[in-house]
Amino acid sequence: MNAQLEVIAPGLLTTVQDLGRWGYQSSGVPVAGPMDPFAHRSANALAGNPRVAATLEVTLVGPAVRFCDARTFAVTGAAFELFLDDEPVPCDRPVKARPGAVLRFGARGSGARAYLAVAGGIAVPPVLGSRATHLATAMGGLNGRVLRRGDHLPLGVVQGAPPANHVMVRTPRQQDPSPVIRVLPGPQAERFASDTLAVLTSAPYDVTVNSNRMAFRLKGPALQHLSSADIISDATPVGALQVPASGQPLLLMADRQTTGGYAKLATVITADIGIAGQAAPGDVLIFRVCDRAEALTALMARERPLLALESGAT
Amino acid sequence: MSDVRIVSAGDAMLVAEFDDRIDPSVNARVVALASTLRDHPPRGVRDVVPTFRSVAVYFDPLVTDVEQLTARLTAEPEVQPAAAAAAARSPVDIPVCYASEFAPDLDDVARFAGISSGEVAAIHRASDYRVYMLGFVPGFAYLGLVDARIAAPRRSEPRVTVPAGSVAIAGRQTGIYPRQTPGGWNIVGRTPVPMIAMDHDPPTRLQPGETVRFRAITRAEFDVLASAMAT
Repeated sequence: MNAQLEVIAPGLLTTVQDLGRWGYQSSGVPVAGPMDPFAHRSANALAGNPRVAATLEVTLVGPAVRFCDARTFAVTGAAFELFLDDEPVPCDRPVKARPGAVLRFGARGSGARAYLAVAGGIAVPPVLGSRATHLATAMGGLNGRVLRRGDHLPLGVVQGAPPANHVMVRTPRQQDPSPVIRVLPGPQAERFASDTLAVLTSAPYDVTVNSNRMAFRLKGPALQHLSSADIISDATPVGALQVPASGQPLLLMADRQTTGGYAKLATVITADIGIAGQAAPGDVLIFRVCDRAEALTALMARERPLLALESGAT
Repeated sequence: MSDVRIVSAGDAMLVAEFDDRIDPSVNARVVALASTLRDHPPRGVRDVVPTFRSVAVYFDPLVTDVEQLTARLTAEPEVQPAAAAAAARSPVDIPVCYASEFAPDLDDVARFAGISSGEVAAIHRASDYRVYMLGFVPGFAYLGLVDARIAAPRRSEPRVTVPAGSVAIAGRQTGIYPRQTPGGWNIVGRTPVPMIAMDHDPPTRLQPGETVRFRAITRAEFDVLASAMAT
């Protein structure tokens, strides 16, 4: 039998994710992928995997899994207590599991989503070049759905070793626990009243319970359109703040549709997407407007330690 | 022809916008630009998304030079009249059964139009439709323009489930639901032709810029074609 990971307890919402299903949005196929791409990548690097390997995205309540053979694994992102055969083991570093060992997620600290990378990667069959799960269309991952108790996930062939001298990689949320999220104006900022960006940044927005991997429904100061909320449908990037007629924005996330017909006031910068992705219902997001130069500087600061870690994983 | 407007959508996407209207000549420019970007992608480009009147380009901000990409989007290619004509010469044939069991909203559209349901179906299949874009769900093609006489607005309450293959009208647009999803368009028929197959590349039956022609089939013909397509 091929190497497998057995799901003993599924957790609240655990899915297989890789960097996403890129290149098919012109066919209406959504990207999906990790809500916190930085944490996903650091988990892979710590487990000695290439960047493209699939991990498990864990949401709020973690799973318990059994390793059927000896494997290195790493958990990053949201801070969870971890137990390997009932012994505490750390997040954010490679850990070796014996054949038959059980990894159990315990209490959660900060952050909503953790990533479990197992050496060799989760080897479900790719769909259109990606293993990412898109729940609304039941595409990719394990039969397009969240994990259930009793599932067996195939594991790939181990390709590399964990980095020899790994530095502790801190995810964006750990580096900066304040939930400030930077946005660039646009693509349709001109369809709103001139003070609307000031309104957006004037007070925190609540992440409401009607939030999921497609979008966070936010509640805060209303954002006013100049005339109509409707536009001729166009592409909807991750991090776009889409504003329907109610004036309460939706923050579009990993599982968003490819296109949409509501005006988009502003878009979260790439460096801060992972911070947003670590938010759960009940958390607040504070928006700040920046410029493209700051966005690029911030992205390079996020990438530098991650790229070093990835190049150390051979 | 450089009334194209380049808009930023965050630090990882630029959008080339043409005239703010749904029109075949505007969409032809969209399709031409998207096609050249796909054939000769600039460095770092991850995805190209053509829509009714704009082309969105996703890129890696650490790799792509935004000024070069802007210049590339502004230097719009000429729309090839020959290619446009070729598309018009060979419409994609989509068989549709307009039987009432597949067309729960045909009577509503007929009431809207003040004509019989048979006349609605006849008008629906009398036009050739342009594929303006795909979106909403994988493989959903936005087709237009529907004859104004039968351009009934969206239903006030969307249905929780619309069966796969349903052919529907919303205003001057018509479309085909590739899979069972929620939906608010008026369902006037059903096609046995699968609109998406994950093991094909591209996975969709229709591509932006193509022309669609609906052809009426009987309920018995629907069953024959549905069985044939499934094997």
